[in-house]
Amino acid sequence: MSHTPANLRRRRIVMAGTAVAAAPALFNIARAQGAAIKIGFPVPLTGAFSAEAQDQVRAAELAVKEWNAAGGHKGQMAELLVRDDKLNPGEAATRTLELIEKDKVNFVVGSLSAATQLSINAVTKERKVLFNSISQSDTINEAKDWSLYTFHEALNPHLTAGAVGRYAFPKFGKKVVYLTADYAYGHEMVRGFQRAGAGLGVQTLADIRHPLGAADYSAFLPRIQALKPDILVLCNFGRDLVNSAKQATDFGLKQGTKIIAPVLLYTSRQAGGADAFEGILGGTSYYWGMEDKIPSAKKFNDAFRKAYGGSVPSDYGALGYAGIRSVLQAVKDADATDSTRVSIALRQLKYDWYKGPQFYRKCDHQSVQSVVIVESKSKGMKDKNDVFNVLAIEAADEKNLRTCEEMGHKVTT
Amino acid sequence: MEITPSLLALQLVTGIALGAVYALLAIGLSLIFGMLTVVNFAHGAFFMVGAFIGLYFMGLTGNFWFSLVLTPLVVGALGLVTERFLVRPLYGRGIDYPLLLTFGLSWVLIEAMRVMFGIEGIPSSTPPELRGAVDLGIGFFPKYRLFLIFATAVVVLALWLFLEKTRYGLIVRAGSRDGEICKVLGIDIARVWLVVFGIGTAIAGLSGVLAAPTRAVNPEMGIHVLAESFVVTVVGGMGSLPGAVLAGLLVGIVFSLTSLFAPDLAELSIFVLMAVVLLLRPQGFFGKQGLMS
Repeated sequence: MSHTPANLRRRRIVMAGTAVAAAPALFNIARAQGAAIKIGFPVPLTGAFSAEAQDQVRAAELAVKEWNAAGGHKGQMAELLVRDDKLNPGEAATRTLELIEKDKVNFVVGSLSAATQLSINAVTKERKVLFNSISQSDTINEAKDWSLYTFHEALNPHLTAGAVGRYAFPKFGKKVVYLTADYAYGHEMVRGFQRAGAGLGVQTLADIRHPLGAADYSAFLPRIQALKPDILVLCNFGRDLVNSAKQATDFGLKQGTKIIAPVLLYTSRQAGGADAFEGILGGTSYYWGMEDKIPSAKKFNDAFRKAYGGSVPSDYGALGYAGIRSVLQAVKDADATDSTRVSIALRQLKYDWYKGPQFYRKCDHQSVQSVVIVESKSKGMKDKNDVFNVLAIEAADEKNLRTCEEMGHKVTT
Repeated sequence: MEITPSLLALQLVTGIALGAVYALLAIGLSLIFGMLTVVNFAHGAFFMVGAFIGLYFMGLTGNFWFSLVLTPLVVGALGLVTERFLVRPLYGRGIDYPLLLTFGLSWVLIEAMRVMFGIEGIPSSTPPELRGAVDLGIGFFPKYRLFLIFATAVVVLALWLFLEKTRYGLIVRAGSRDGEICKVLGIDIARVWLVVFGIGTAIAGLSGVLAAPTRAVNPEMGIHVLAESFVVTVVGGMGSLPGAVLAGLLVGIVFSLTSLFAPDLAELSIFVLMAVVLLLRPQGFFGKQGLMS
């Protein structure tokens, strides 16, 4: 049997065709090895939460540096593109759109308010880009906002407030007054406490709403004094918490009442000082002092101290670290950089980057994690970083979250 | 919830303490407006600078009382510089020029404090001798806030004595009535205005040190306070000192009592009060008509 010229020609055409067809793939591989994996990082570098945001950036950069030092993914390095969202939802959406369209980022990690994370999520969801949010919110995981590409690394108000309530109600009493900042975050926190308290026979004496950003709370305090609650819950955040805690202390409320806050942040405590926060108990996602109990916390703190002249990471900073590490790990697991395959890998991920074991719940991609219960110190502090006593760590448990059905998700696997 | 007489009384005292800070701020604002017809939008910023400098001195010396004396002098000096080099060139050009200038200055001061002390603010604490609460018979009330009421009374009295009983006070009052005639009589009116602006800002600085132990000290703390001080000044009558004191106390009491019955409306209540006063008596309690025109 012999090959005819026609046959030969046909074979050559087929081979050439195959080569042409394969070329873009080869070209893509070549380009992929050269180009960095880009992660967009929109956070409020300016505005009320800028101290926390700057710490998020520091910790995220540490995560990228560590990953790159370990060789990246098949020689492909990661790159962090930090943008200022100015704590403004419109600005956050614009910056995210730019990151996706102009800078061609592979993924987005970031945000530091309930409102900005929802606006970032609206953009990433539409463009099918993976987004890992590192700020508290109850709504981002609800079916109406959620997508396959939406992940939530941070705690949510329901879980945080619930954990603090489960710890404090049995210990300090059942008669509770809430002093609540009148916006979504405050209301979500109260709901979290009330749900945790429902089974424990906790009675709400009053839920007093104050405007966001109020400087003086004294006018609310005589009434709270007269109600004689066992527990006063300050459902506010940042400077509002500093002001209300300080003034409640001045009014002598601590004598008969335990003051608790759903979220007690390292940065708030530093800004408010020891006197204002003395004896106040609250929840947090992370406190550096848990390093003597959690080996991964020790490892993370040491790396952070080494990178940033001995300073320790804050709670929100640590979330920046975890948010980036999870996504980069999923890139390795998926052996891919496209959002769909990385999302699928992230759903399977079990990790312990800095605070003990964590995983993303399948139905809504909420990171199931521990909540740290801390109490502010005013005496016996070793240095300026030594501000809290770790009272308890509530272990990661799916049953502390709202159920998948309650969040509007039909599929639970 | 049961409203007892003692709760009402305690709420009233709370309102007076709150009003003391408002009154103090409004006095400074009113003094400058009454004499110079300058609407000082940097007043809140001087208050904030006073809080920062006060804490800085307290940190250096560990003494609240020392800081209470020194801070108004420093902030007052800052006011003197502001008047001499920034506000003075604008006299005679209409009320909006110094208004815009001081508005811009307030942002410069805020930014300066951010650069010097950080964006998060710095912790403040109550002086040890004034810590804790005392039982007034109607409930526990913070000692420090009682001191605030007392301190305001002292400042108001001192200012009244200065304006009404001293020779220089007489010149200041004459200057505010008719600057031209004063000039003709050989009085250096420019120097009088300089001093008045300095006193006004010194009182703002003093309010800042006094308010610092009760709240978070951060670069934006003056913004909120400025709006409230303007409400007080408008209610009391632009340029009137007794008006500023009376309106300050009234605003504090209205805010406090609304907080008891309808906490959601507390913030709104003081603006409603202002609207009502403006409708019934456009010049405020003791204001002179036509000052703004």
